[in-house]
Amino acid sequence: MEAILRTENICKYFGGLKAVQEVNIEVEKGIILGIIGPNGAGKTTLFNVLTGTYNSTKGKVYFKDRNITNLKPEKVTGLGIARTFQNIKLFKNMSVLDNVKIGFHTQTKTRMIDAIFRTATYKNDDRICEEVGMELIERVGLKDLKDEFASNLAYGNQRKLEIARALAVNPDILLVDEPTAGMNHTETLEVVKLLEKLNSEGLTVIIIEHDMSVIMNLCHNIVVLNHGQKISEGPPEMVRHDEKVIEAYLGREE
Amino acid sequence: MDQLFSLIEKIKQKSVYYLIPIGIFVLIFPQLTDNQYVLHVSIRILIYMLLASSLNMIVGYTGQYNIGQAGFYAIGAYTAAIIATRAGYSFLLILPICGILAASMSVFLGFPTLRLRGIFFAFTTLGFSEVVRLTILNWRTLTRGTFGIPGIPLPEIVNFQVSTNNHFYYLGLFLLVIMLFISHRLINSRIGRAWVAIREDEDAAKAMGVETFKYKMINLMYGTFWAGIAGGFFAYFAGYVSADSFILDESFAILAMVLVGGKGTLVGPIVGAIILTILPELVREIARYRLVIFGIAILVMVHYRPQGIAGARAEGRRIAVESEYEAGTAEPVTETSGKGS
Repeated sequence: MEAILRTENICKYFGGLKAVQEVNIEVEKGIILGIIGPNGAGKTTLFNVLTGTYNSTKGKVYFKDRNITNLKPEKVTGLGIARTFQNIKLFKNMSVLDNVKIGFHTQTKTRMIDAIFRTATYKNDDRICEEVGMELIERVGLKDLKDEFASNLAYGNQRKLEIARALAVNPDILLVDEPTAGMNHTETLEVVKLLEKLNSEGLTVIIIEHDMSVIMNLCHNIVVLNHGQKISEGPPEMVRHDEKVIEAYLGREE
Repeated sequence: MDQLFSLIEKIKQKSVYYLIPIGIFVLIFPQLTDNQYVLHVSIRILIYMLLASSLNMIVGYTGQYNIGQAGFYAIGAYTAAIIATRAGYSFLLILPICGILAASMSVFLGFPTLRLRGIFFAFTTLGFSEVVRLTILNWRTLTRGTFGIPGIPLPEIVNFQVSTNNHFYYLGLFLLVIMLFISHRLINSRIGRAWVAIREDEDAAKAMGVETFKYKMINLMYGTFWAGIAGGFFAYFAGYVSADSFILDESFAILAMVLVGGKGTLVGPIVGAIILTILPELVREIARYRLVIFGIAILVMVHYRPQGIAGARAEGRRIAVESEYEAGTAEPVTETSGKGS
């Protein structure tokens, strides 16, 4: 299988703190990769380096064999990598639908002149935003709330909206950071089903998650980080019984 | 206070029905009165509407705190004054130049500063407007320094001489309507959505592929363009410009109009401009305390209605706080783990 996203010895240091150290990952096209690890293991930092939010200290990131190391986040998104945030970052005072519409930014071309005179380009872009945006909102089950301000949504719905917004980018690969955090059991199941469905349609997914039942059910492959280093990698069954992983989570028996 | 605000809410809900009578009133207003003083004040209100709306595009939609809008206003006014008195080009040519020149100056300001966030940008714009004023005062060969530039000819639009206050009123109204129309269309497009996304969360906007620096620059240029137009119009209307018209007080006044009226809405700055221009006129004795009135107005608004009179922010503070509370309890480690892991 070809790797759609891979890193070569990627490092991110904050002064003396080595948040991510020499991590090599290969994400095969069409899989769901889980990234797990104790708090402070460097999972979100890794996401931030992959998406260009942080510049890496050393190492390289390749997307479809193209070097995307230290590209600006907006450029990375334009190439087809979308993400959600651990601490939800919605556009609070915009409607649900408008939040999703922003996701179409890289695919639409309306310039000032188009907007002022409502040219064909504007109308075409507007139609895409409206139609595909509504489809996405329906997919995550927020259709009835489309005109609500994002800040008025319940917590679980805010997480779903983040996913819908990321999907609007029409990504090849989706990075979700703790998508079920703070959700109840039913909502968690909904998100898991949604991610499975998206994956079956060909979307590659990288997921950071603390809920092990989600990880074990969903992921084809798992990378375990601890203190910024990759300590284990493999299918769920293998990682589950890896002694290094058990040690990282539970500590060593004296 | 609460009754007053609930009344405002009711008016807002039915705002469409008020639009037509208000529109008719605004159109026939000059025919209703011969009082030149009233007309003069109305034209000044129109200029302030234009200025407040232009600033609102920057402060209200992209969330960049520009507190030096008077600098761009001054650039527009002096551009018109200098070209009209020396070269004698026509009004229709000069007015766009005023806007374009103000917008291009904003590029110089924006290029180094738009990467800064929050208060740093605000300081720089404040400094910029002072630099503009001091340049005007000291570049005597071009601006005649403290003497100002008198004798700006009345504008002529295709053989029609704009001469009376009535004419200026309609001209100002026309500019304002055009500005609001274009702004409305931009806001409801990809460009306007990108602007608002930057205001709401710049990091998230980047993650959605918005080139935030580029869009902040476009936004700053658009806002200052209209400030330049307002300046050009003012120069023709007053027939005389001097640096005294563009002191910092003016920047603060424009900002106060935006904040009191309600930033992030097209109606807000209009309402703000009306209230904060008429208020000092009504009570002439306290007119010199204009800024004190503005200060109090801002304080009252921030306390009772942070979104401004016409503001459209959510359903008020209660719900916003609730959802934050929910987010907080549901995941108490959000902030700390966000940095670490």
